[in-house]
Amino acid sequence: MVRSLSILYATLLYGFIFLPVAVLVLFSFQGTLFPIPPFNGPSLRWYAAVLSDARLTAGLVNSIAVAVITSAIATLLGFLSAWGFARFPLPASGLLRGLITLPLMVSYLIIGMGLLIFFNWIGLPKSLITAGIGHVVINLPLCFAIIYAQMGDHQANIERAARDLGAAEWQVLTLITAPMLWPALFAAFFLSMTFSWDEFVISFLLTRFETTLPVEIWNLLRAGLNPKTNAVGALVFGVSIVLAIIFELVAFRKRSP
Amino acid sequence: MSASTNNRIGWASVTPALAWTLVFFVVPFVAMAAASLYTKGGDGLSLANYLQFFYNPSYWRALTNSLEVTAMVTVISVLLAYPFAWILAFIVPERWQRLALMLAVLPFWTSYVVRSYSWLLVLAEKGVINSTLVNIGILSEPIQLANTRAATVIGFVHFFVMLLTLTIFANLKQLSPNYRKAAADLGASPLQSFVHVILPLTLPGVMVGAFLTFVLAIGDYITPQILGGNNELLLPQLIMIQIGRRGDFASASALSIILMAVVSIAYFACARWLKIERA
Repeated sequence: MVRSLSILYATLLYGFIFLPVAVLVLFSFQGTLFPIPPFNGPSLRWYAAVLSDARLTAGLVNSIAVAVITSAIATLLGFLSAWGFARFPLPASGLLRGLITLPLMVSYLIIGMGLLIFFNWIGLPKSLITAGIGHVVINLPLCFAIIYAQMGDHQANIERAARDLGAAEWQVLTLITAPMLWPALFAAFFLSMTFSWDEFVISFLLTRFETTLPVEIWNLLRAGLNPKTNAVGALVFGVSIVLAIIFELVAFRKRSP
Repeated sequence: MSASTNNRIGWASVTPALAWTLVFFVVPFVAMAAASLYTKGGDGLSLANYLQFFYNPSYWRALTNSLEVTAMVTVISVLLAYPFAWILAFIVPERWQRLALMLAVLPFWTSYVVRSYSWLLVLAEKGVINSTLVNIGILSEPIQLANTRAATVIGFVHFFVMLLTLTIFANLKQLSPNYRKAAADLGASPLQSFVHVILPLTLPGVMVGAFLTFVLAIGDYITPQILGGNNELLLPQLIMIQIGRRGDFASASALSIILMAVVSIAYFACARWLKIERA
């Protein structure tokens, strides 16, 4: 009884969760001008249209560039600060760590608004760089928290041993600490990439002519139901799934023998 | 190595991150707070942007709309996700759990904008639901599903059911199975064991998930804009209108500060509740 009810409930929820995505992927193969039932595919017409759309492909390239560069910066700053706070007795350490993680508590919309006013005020024009600065602001606390949580005493002892054997501080950091922490660094970089890749509101507020893929998709949407949106959405979904599987394989499979 | 060199290295390694946060987060926030005290076209400091809230009914309605929608989303999402996480944790055989969980959060990986949009395909006037219901004769003509509050709630619930299933699942799995065994040994039925043992033990985790849902939903612009349309505005939509259509940064700043105040109140309420619960 409990079993069959459970199966029914789980089926309904899986149905609810998959419904929109299944519809999206299905209608991305719809050949007609409107993505509405009945389905009469399959056709790759709209995929071809997406791949030959200069704005969308430029958005794709911009998104990848912004995601990779900002995640690298956020991971680097997060790593350095996590190491500094974990290894050196700094005054007001708790307060300063709180400051670094503070942006986690604030909506992206508000962070974007603040930066918009700030850049306006100092006269920095809107661009991919200003949006990238915003992406580092949202991802740095995340990277810091992930890496700081992994800074154990075990690693501290090995670092001390390296120092005793005559390693300079930068050698300890690059040859000992970073390699030991690579799963945390990878997780931080990767999560940061997915957040940046998907981020909309900051990019929307802080870019002007050149922009990221989510904003370009948004621009498409304003024209109403458009078959190109389905194809680009399905493509983004496909890419994200591949990334998720890579993450799963690299980050988790390592632990189990 | 002397203590002072030591500390110099420490400071050198934490300074870039601190500086970034200070320059690109704290200063902009202060700039925004300052901007909220000026009125467009007016001179001098005033609280006019905040006072608007009380005498401009459309502002007040945006806040109450936001609170209503977010509360609905939080409650529905928790109620749907809890049994689902429970089934995944206790009914699904151990070896399939990982796969079952990954499938349950698969659409998490689509772009946020695309996920909201995909609901439009389902709910639109000529979308999947309407055309199916008309075809099999339940409806004689399509009903309006898109551009309603219900559509916004559905879009949000879809996302947060996935998020909460993940967090509640993690919570249930870290409970020792001994609790359930002990309850059963002492004669509790599965239902009693759930109500008196499992539920209270997982409640703090559920509260944290619910808080996260509340915070993320109330600050979101995309879902209400795509699915709810402009029929009734939520707070983030109103903020974006102030910036985009009217170029009124002062008013947008004041609204953002109010949004943040609401989130802070929710945070303190949640933190306080957790503290009482633990004591």
